[in-house]
Formats: sequence, structure tokens, C-alpha cells
Amino acid sequence: MFARTVWAVFRKDVVIELRSRETLATTLFFALSAVLVFAFAFVRDGRAVADAAAGILWIAIAFAGTLALGRVFERERYEDAMRALLMAPAPRAAIYVGKLAGIVALLAAAEALLVPLVALLFDAGVMFARPLLLVAILAAGTIGFAAVGTLFAAMLVRARSRDVLLPVLLYPITIPVIIAGVRATAALARPVPDEPMAVFWLMLLVFFDAVFLVLALWTFEPLMAD
Amino acid sequence: MLQRLFPLTIVLALAGFATAPFLIGAAPYESTMGLVQKIFYFHVPSALMMFAGAFTAGIAGARYLFTGAPRADRLSAAASELTVLFGLIVLVTGPLWARKAWGVWWDWDARLTSSLLVWLMFTACLIVRRYGGPGAGKLAAGVALFGAANVPFVYLSVNYWRTLHPKTTVVPSLGPGMREPFWFCLAAFLMLFLTLLAVRTRVGELEALADDLALERDVVREH
Amino acid sequence: MRKLTIPLRRLACLLLAAGCLAASPAVTPVAALQPQAAQDEYVPLSEIPPGEQLPAQPLLFAAYGFVWVAVLVYVWLLWRRLGAVQRDLETLRHAPRE
Repeated sequence: MFARTVWAVFRKDVVIELRSRETLATTLFFALSAVLVFAFAFVRDGRAVADAAAGILWIAIAFAGTLALGRVFERERYEDAMRALLMAPAPRAAIYVGKLAGIVALLAAAEALLVPLVALLFDAGVMFARPLLLVAILAAGTIGFAAVGTLFAAMLVRARSRDVLLPVLLYPITIPVIIAGVRATAALARPVPDEPMAVFWLMLLVFFDAVFLVLALWTFEPLMAD
Repeated sequence: MLQRLFPLTIVLALAGFATAPFLIGAAPYESTMGLVQKIFYFHVPSALMMFAGAFTAGIAGARYLFTGAPRADRLSAAASELTVLFGLIVLVTGPLWARKAWGVWWDWDARLTSSLLVWLMFTACLIVRRYGGPGAGKLAAGVALFGAANVPFVYLSVNYWRTLHPKTTVVPSLGPGMREPFWFCLAAFLMLFLTLLAVRTRVGELEALADDLALERDVVREH
Repeated sequence: MRKLTIPLRRLACLLLAAGCLAASPAVTPVAALQPQAAQDEYVPLSEIPPGEQLPAQPLLFAAYGFVWVAVLVYVWLLWRRLGAVQRDLETLRHAPRE
């Protein structure tokens, strides 16, 4: 029952996205613009300053993620879809996991383009030398960001001025994810990659994911109750 | 409980804050930082009260989410406000101290950064409460819970982030003569914290009561 | 008054602290006592009178002053809020109930 609900919610989001491609297109374009803006700040004499690639990558992911979260849950407001979804005879936690999976898939699609592009533009191709570690860091960071983000965006569906409130709430709380993600990626993107350091930050990310996923699953039900 | 202790805590807080300047004035000077180190006696207790407020708000928020008790909601709101108040004190007194001790107003040191982040999280919590519209209480309770749960992560990540680039900062060690005023000030701040918490929850209670009465009157008028 | 040479900002800090000075007499007689080296203040030498130390005092007073001001402002805001809600309650209680 749980897995079927997760799949149903996830499939619904994916199908909507595949038909319109609206969120992915806008999110990607926004992330690219953000990268461009940062390039002006962090490129000196034609070369990026040290560790700039990692920072720019994660800031772009965080900005794009906020935009995607707002967009995906704005859709649930039309025709009171969110209420209908919550009234379905299904475990609420499963609905949360389904939405989370949708967001993570969306961000993963965006990252698939964003990461090579940032690596190319900021001369950080060395991080692809350890593809598994890089993917693990990106996955753990994205899940951590999306776990908190999905819960808050869902909570904010019924709130006033939710467009401003989402980033206001999300950024301070996801700072540990950003720090760990940036440091881990930066360790991999050094001319001589620092693998133990990357693994250390990855562990912190996994730990963060575990705690905040449990907290989100635990509080989703009471938070969404009327 | 909190409000029953109110007469005791307010007297102790007033007495503590009236005595504290004398104790601080009599305390010895720190050897490397001298006079400015005396900010410590109000700075550190404020920081501890900020964390006490954060955890109180988080735990009360969790209680509100799961039991729906309005009292827990009011306690969470009061504690978030105090977290922001004491956090502001920490964030203003800290740079004044740093200006003299380190030569800069702000340093991206582990403790400074994590205090700033905790302060930001709970300010966000107050913003939600203020501008979230109907049902914002639940939202704010969730934010407070997540904020409190995030405190260890913030501290850990910022700490490791900074220890990669260590910086020598003078961490005061407490000898006799400094120890006593510090614990005294900590006690005074705790009493202040409890007093303000009691008053703030009482205000919340009265406001809820006034809302109920107004609602009741409107209902009566409609019929 | 040697303070004539002290920049405006520090004067402002002093003014802010002045109110709290009255409440904390024990902190005042420390001006001459601090054994401080002027290592981290970029004030031109001509501005420092002979024997003058780095102004730790204004910083300290500003810090303590801010604590007092912040707490008092918060108490005042609470007080006002309490007064307002009590007035509301009074009017509501005495409101005629048809």
C-alpha cells in the first residue's frame, strides 16, 4: 500500500512534468542564469578563484531547487488538488515520499546538465575522476535539501505569502547541507582530490538526510492535518 | 508552573541584574584581552539562553504538533521570541568584543557563524508566525522543531568547515575570581529568561482569551 | 576633557552607554587599569594622547548598554502588548450581550 501510493504520486508528478516540461525548463534556465551571475563575481583574469566551481554548483542547485519546489506545489493548489491528495485513503507519509521522489528526480535531471556545465566552465573536470563518490555526494545533498524543502513547501501550500516564505525558511535550515555539499565537492574538484575529506562530508550529509527524513516523515501527518 | 514561579523568578532576576555590575566590576582582568573580556559575563549567558530558547521552542513545537495543545503553541511562540532577543544580544555584543580582541567586527568563526544561523532560523520562525496567515502556528511549530533539530548540525558543519582553516582566537579560561561572576550572571540570565517566558506566555493566553471572547460576541450578534 | 579627539562613532557608543553607567557604578573606575597593547586599532598615532589606551571601555559600555536597552525595549513591548490585550478584555467583558 505504502509503496503503491509513493509510486502513484511520483508517477503523477513525472507524467505532468513530461507532458509540459515547464518546471524543468524554467528551473534549468534559472540555474544557468545564476551560474552566469556568479561567474562575474568569482572569475578573476579569466580564471575562476579556488573552490568557486563547488560553491557555484551548490548555490545554483539550491536556487533552482527552491524554484522547482514552489512551482511543483503551486500546481497542487489548482482546484484544491492538495486537499484531494491528502483526503485520499492512503498513508500521508507515502504522499510525502512520493512528492519528495518527484522533486529529487526533477533536480537530478537538472543536475545532469548543470554539473558537467559548471565543471567545464570553471575548469573542475577533475571531479569526474571519482564518479561514484561525486554521484553519492550529489544524491545525498539533493535528498537532504529536498527532504526539508518538500515538507516546508507542502506546509506553505495553504499559507499566505508562501513565495517569499519558502526561501526564508529553507535557506537557514539547509545551510548544513550546503556547507557539506560545497566542501565535499570542492575536495573532489581540487587539482589533487582529497578523497577522505569528501567521504567525511558525505557521511555528514547522509547523517543529516537520515535525521531530517525521519523528522519529516514523523511530522508530515500532524503538519498537514487541518 | 512557569507562571506560578513568576514572583520568585522576577525578584531573583531583578536582584541578579542589580548585583551583576558590581561583581563584574570586581572581577580580575583577563591577561591578554584586558577590560574588553568583561563582555563575556553577559555575552556567554545570552548565548546559552539563546540555545535554551531554541530547544524550548522546538520541544514545545513538537508537543503542539502532536497534541494540539494551545499552551504548547504559546510556549513555543514565546521561546522563539526569546531566542531571537537573546540571539540579537549575542550577535551585537560579540562583534563589539571581537573588534578589540581580534581587530575585526566579524570573523567567520565557527561559533559566530552557528549563532548567526540559529538566530536566522528562529527569526524565520517569527516571520512565519507573523505573516503566514491562518494556520501559521502549526507551520511555526514545525519550523521551530526543525530549527532545534538543526542546531547540532549547524554547529558540527560550521565547526568542521572552519577547523579546515584554523584561526587562533583567544578562548578565555575561567580562573577563580572570574568563575563566580560568570555563574552568577548565568543564573541571573536564566531567571530573566524564565520571567520573560512567563510574561510572554501569559500575554499569549490573554490574547487567545480575547480572541475567543470577540468570536463569541460576534456569534451571539449574528443570531 | 581628553575625549575631544575621540571619533564620533566612539562618542556615540559612549552616549549609548551613558545611561547604563548610572546603573553600573562598579565598572567605571577601570579606565587607567588595562595593560593593553595597541596592536589592532588603525588610528593614526597623532590621535592618541600620550599614555592613552585602546578604547576598550566604549566597546564594553556599548555592549552592556545594548544588553540593557534590548531587554528593556523587549519588556516595554511586552508591557504594551499586555496593556492592549487587557483593555480588549475589559471592553469585551463589558460589551452588551444581546
